Amino acid sequence: MTREDVRQAVIDILGDIAPDEDLSSIKDDLTLREQMDLDSMDFLDIVMELRKRFNVEVPESDYQELISMASCIKYLQPLLKDHQLAS
Amino acid sequence: MNNQVYPEERIVITGIGLTAPNGNNLKEFRENLLAGKSGVQKFETRYVGKVLAGICDFDALKYQKKKELRRGTRVGSISIYCCREAFNDSGIDLESIDRSRVGVYLGVTEHGNVETENEIYNISKYNYDTKYWSHHHNPRTVANNPAGEVTLNMKITGPHYTIGAACAAGNMGVIQGLQMLRLGEVDIALAGGVSESIHTFGIFASFKSEGALAEHEDPTKASRPFDKNRNGIVCSEGGGVYVLERLSDALKREAKIYGEIVGYATNSDAFDFILPEPGRQAECIRLALKKAGLNPGDINILNAHATATQLGDIQECKAIRDVFGDEETVWINNTKSFIGHTMGAAGTLELSGNLPAFEDGLVHQTLNLDELDPDCYLKNIVCGQPKQLDRVDFIMNNSFGMFGINSVLIVKRYEN
Repeated sequence: MTREDVRQAVIDILGDIAPDEDLSSIKDDLTLREQMDLDSMDFLDIVMELRKRFNVEVPESDYQELISMASCIKYLQPLLKDHQLAS
Repeated sequence: MNNQVYPEERIVITGIGLTAPNGNNLKEFRENLLAGKSGVQKFETRYVGKVLAGICDFDALKYQKKKELRRGTRVGSISIYCCREAFNDSGIDLESIDRSRVGVYLGVTEHGNVETENEIYNISKYNYDTKYWSHHHNPRTVANNPAGEVTLNMKITGPHYTIGAACAAGNMGVIQGLQMLRLGEVDIALAGGVSESIHTFGIFASFKSEGALAEHEDPTKASRPFDKNRNGIVCSEGGGVYVLERLSDALKREAKIYGEIVGYATNSDAFDFILPEPGRQAECIRLALKKAGLNPGDINILNAHATATQLGDIQECKAIRDVFGDEETVWINNTKSFIGHTMGAAGTLELSGNLPAFEDGLVHQTLNLDELDPDCYLKNIVCGQPKQLDRVDFIMNNSFGMFGINSVLIVKRYEN
């Protein structure tokens, strides 16, 4: 996956777990929580969807890596390098 | 403790919110009951396949965001819709009241089966690896879920819980609300019953194994209480919630009053897991009449539980005959012939459909009663068309459930 593919994969997941949000204006460097209504259950949903969609395990100690889009991409790109974005 | 209690206070219904398989508010529901319009249709459920069910089509997004829908349960949505509608109907401004003085008391037949079946199905796609089991499962399946979702949605900080009472649950929610108002625990009770049961295949499969699942080539004719050719229950979803208040509070704000709850009773058969016991049912009816200070002949409309199982109907009719005999003035109907069995919602929904009779004097009919089972003989069953009465003063609603839980409510026309 390219950097853009990873970003899109995260957007797809966020779109499912936060269907009321406008994700087109997400700024990568701000925390997701600053820009969206997300709580702890939602972050667990992100972790579950990464597991289901890409077989990626995010241990609890790494949850802080999901704090912003930029940190998500940085953390996930190496883990998703052999994956392709589902069309 | 210095709680003020109100043991003698009269309790009135000042708001109604409902969703039934044939109506999403009282007006629509009542019109369809008077017009003889069924809400039963074909439905497909996991593993069991083609069945019949009563399905609600209220707009869940009227009061919830998409995320709330995704996170919560179907019965949570039904509860929120009914509680919001009841509140709106009551005319109470949610924004201007002390929400710590509102209680949410919802009857449920069961809870958690739908969500547990869904999770097992979900992990079946991952070789039953439980790391794919959702973290949402616990909040979705705690027994207070339906009432809890209401408090989150409406920002109600008073007490909330569900009352597990099989198919008597709708009446039991109302009884609980009434008691809490008299105890001074709350000033407003959102009380009633709710059900999402059609979304669990287990309920269909279990009724089928019991030989009690209705079948008919025409879905609208499947639910036929008291009919010789009845063959079981049609499972349905739905909800019915009342705003209950002490009469003094309702009068202070010049509320519209649908009726006064003047009698209630609940007891137990202590007899069998599923087979009802007419002796205890009759006791329950008599107890409600006694609390209301009424004689059997004072009741104008009796809405029977009438599930359309072979034995259940016969047992209930024995109890009704025992109490009411051949009283000329008591007119009997049922609601399940229209909408199937809405389980936890049944008591409140079925009572609701009759409350407008205080105004129009009409007793809605019983559908699908083509050939009365002689064992279900009752003096005045209304069938074929609604019955016009000169005046309706008292309505009784029976709701009975598994483990012999019996409940009866009596509502009186309110007059100044």
